[in-house]
Amino acid sequence: MIQKPDPTQETLVLNMGPQHPSTHGVLRVVLHCDGEYVLDAEPVIGYGHRMHELIGEVRDHRGFYANVGRMDYGGALSFGHGHILAVERMLPDLEVPERAEYLRVITTELNRVASHLLWFGAFLLDLGAFTPILYSFDDREAILDLLEHVTGARLTFSYMRVGGVAADVDKDWCDGVIAFVKRMRERVPMYHKLVTGNIIFRKRVEDVGHITRDMALKYGCTGPVIRGSGIPYDVRRSEPYSIYPELDFEIPTSERCDCMGRYNVRWEEIEQSLRIIEQAITKLPEGPVMADKVPKVIKAKGEVYQAVEAARGSLGYYIACDGTTSPYRMKIRVPSYSNLSILKELTRGILLSDLVAVMGSFDLVIPEIDR
Amino acid sequence: MQIQSPNILLIVVAAVVMVLYVFTNSAVLVWVERKVSAHIQRRPGPFEVGPFGLLQTAIDGLKLMAKQLIIPAKADKRIFMLAPVLSFVPPIAALLTVPFGKVVQVQNLDIGILFILSLAALNVLAILIAGWSSANKYSLFGAVRSVAQNIAYEIPLLLSLLTAVLWMGTLNLGELVDAQGGFWFVFTPFGFIAFVIYFVTGMAETNRAPFDLPEAESELTAGFHTEYSGMGFGLFFLGEYTNMILVSAIATSLFLGGYNLPFITLNGEGILWELIRVLIFLAKAYFLIFVMIWMRWTFPRVRFDQLLNLCWKVLIPFSLVNLAAAAIWIKAVGG
Repeated sequence: MIQKPDPTQETLVLNMGPQHPSTHGVLRVVLHCDGEYVLDAEPVIGYGHRMHELIGEVRDHRGFYANVGRMDYGGALSFGHGHILAVERMLPDLEVPERAEYLRVITTELNRVASHLLWFGAFLLDLGAFTPILYSFDDREAILDLLEHVTGARLTFSYMRVGGVAADVDKDWCDGVIAFVKRMRERVPMYHKLVTGNIIFRKRVEDVGHITRDMALKYGCTGPVIRGSGIPYDVRRSEPYSIYPELDFEIPTSERCDCMGRYNVRWEEIEQSLRIIEQAITKLPEGPVMADKVPKVIKAKGEVYQAVEAARGSLGYYIACDGTTSPYRMKIRVPSYSNLSILKELTRGILLSDLVAVMGSFDLVIPEIDR
Repeated sequence: MQIQSPNILLIVVAAVVMVLYVFTNSAVLVWVERKVSAHIQRRPGPFEVGPFGLLQTAIDGLKLMAKQLIIPAKADKRIFMLAPVLSFVPPIAALLTVPFGKVVQVQNLDIGILFILSLAALNVLAILIAGWSSANKYSLFGAVRSVAQNIAYEIPLLLSLLTAVLWMGTLNLGELVDAQGGFWFVFTPFGFIAFVIYFVTGMAETNRAPFDLPEAESELTAGFHTEYSGMGFGLFFLGEYTNMILVSAIATSLFLGGYNLPFITLNGEGILWELIRVLIFLAKAYFLIFVMIWMRWTFPRVRFDQLLNLCWKVLIPFSLVNLAAAAIWIKAVGG
């Protein structure tokens, strides 16, 4: 419930959103302010509710697949990956070719880098710096070109299929990916020179939005938010799926617990994703990208829960089926929802400018929260 | 100096010329800002309208004029309409005393600096009443921030200008420039410190990033001018760019030797020499503006408390010490 303003208290109620430049979409935050200080911040969600879970219960599994990319416009491929893996777990006879699984991981990791670059630009935009987003979009553009070539889309990818992926890649594309990894590594020092060392930037993010380990665990934060508080939790390692056990990569964490910690973790994650892409592309096996026998109609019974690591944290699909073509119940656990829930406790008594910095450091994607 | 009877005709003509200059200057500066920011951000900037997109700002101005002026229902209408005018007129009036050349100066006042500073102080009033009359919480936040920021930053600004006034021993802008000649005030250690402090506070006075807190877009949507549309916003915009040229012009006159080259005093007579002097003055002023644009498109925004801390804990003590040191130096050595 939204707290009603108390006329006896000399506080100001400020509606931040649903249309506000730094709520990244249609999030509304009801602020109780004492001057510039935020006494209470209450997120109000649901403005972008599109009934994705209900649609999932009405349509069949393949019919719903196109929807999942719409939930997270930043990292649509990991949402697709989770859904396809969940559906495939209901089909024990299905043998997914290894090449398809590699391609899923390569594209998902490329998408993760693109998502982190988008976050970087938007975060700096929240802090009042206009230029970095155009630099990061330059690199993001290169990723989108690569992804467009293989998936046909640039934002809401629908690349994966039950039993494989939609299209195979050629050697030119693999060379392009390797060239991109090289280019991205060369560009990272430039970003650090432009932004990370900047004294104004550091003053804005250091010791702001301190999330202790206990708080992060209590609210079920995942992704860079929990790793920025020093807990090395990553679904790719803790609940391994796909080909991640075969790949060599680290889980970057930061003991800083503040916005700077989350910022550093995301930059290190970009490097780790580049490592994954590099390894996967050199190991990429030959063969088909689609399983031989995929059932045309999926009639499963029972329930599955499949978690994957999306760009913003742990993403889980719970699908319960009763033997018909569409699920009886579908529940999607999205990372931003849990990450946002910490906002109220975290922002008590901080400055309005810090609230913007804290929300920016969460990398919120509102359609994902509203679903 | 005897009191001269003001030549009304001259002042009217000059004021019209100055308004024309301000409009052209803003149009060109907006174009420059867009082009410079575009090149900083590796994009081409406007290039479609006119040669190199030069007419883009003219078209934008036309669009602003054609737009409907929306006044919020709960706004205090008279004050709401007054605020943009109040932010736009004082900088123009202040520009009348700026010595662009030896002759190209509309009115050389004995208290030129004082006159400019008192008009510049009206800017905060404009922002305050704009924020207050809009009946919008974001506008109010912007106005409150602006008042705190401007009052705080006026002190080091005054102190740094006072150092220059003390050094040269006059408040008259023309005499200040002549007193420096080729040996700019910025070449002395006191002048250098005062110049740096003045430039930082000047950026804060013009409310430009990284000190654009009153209109911090990501926090307060548009701050004090959230509710202004069309030319209401346009006048604030013009006021900001006029303020930029004013701040740079004062810096040029007091610290960078006005129309003189470094170590060369330009005393020649005739229209050609005067033209050269005006060009030198404008070149310096526009270089400072370029630096402002450069900083705006590179740095993030500072936080409100950090901004005030910087002022009260760094700029004011430094400018005070600098002023005292300059005073002692003048007494002991003789400036």
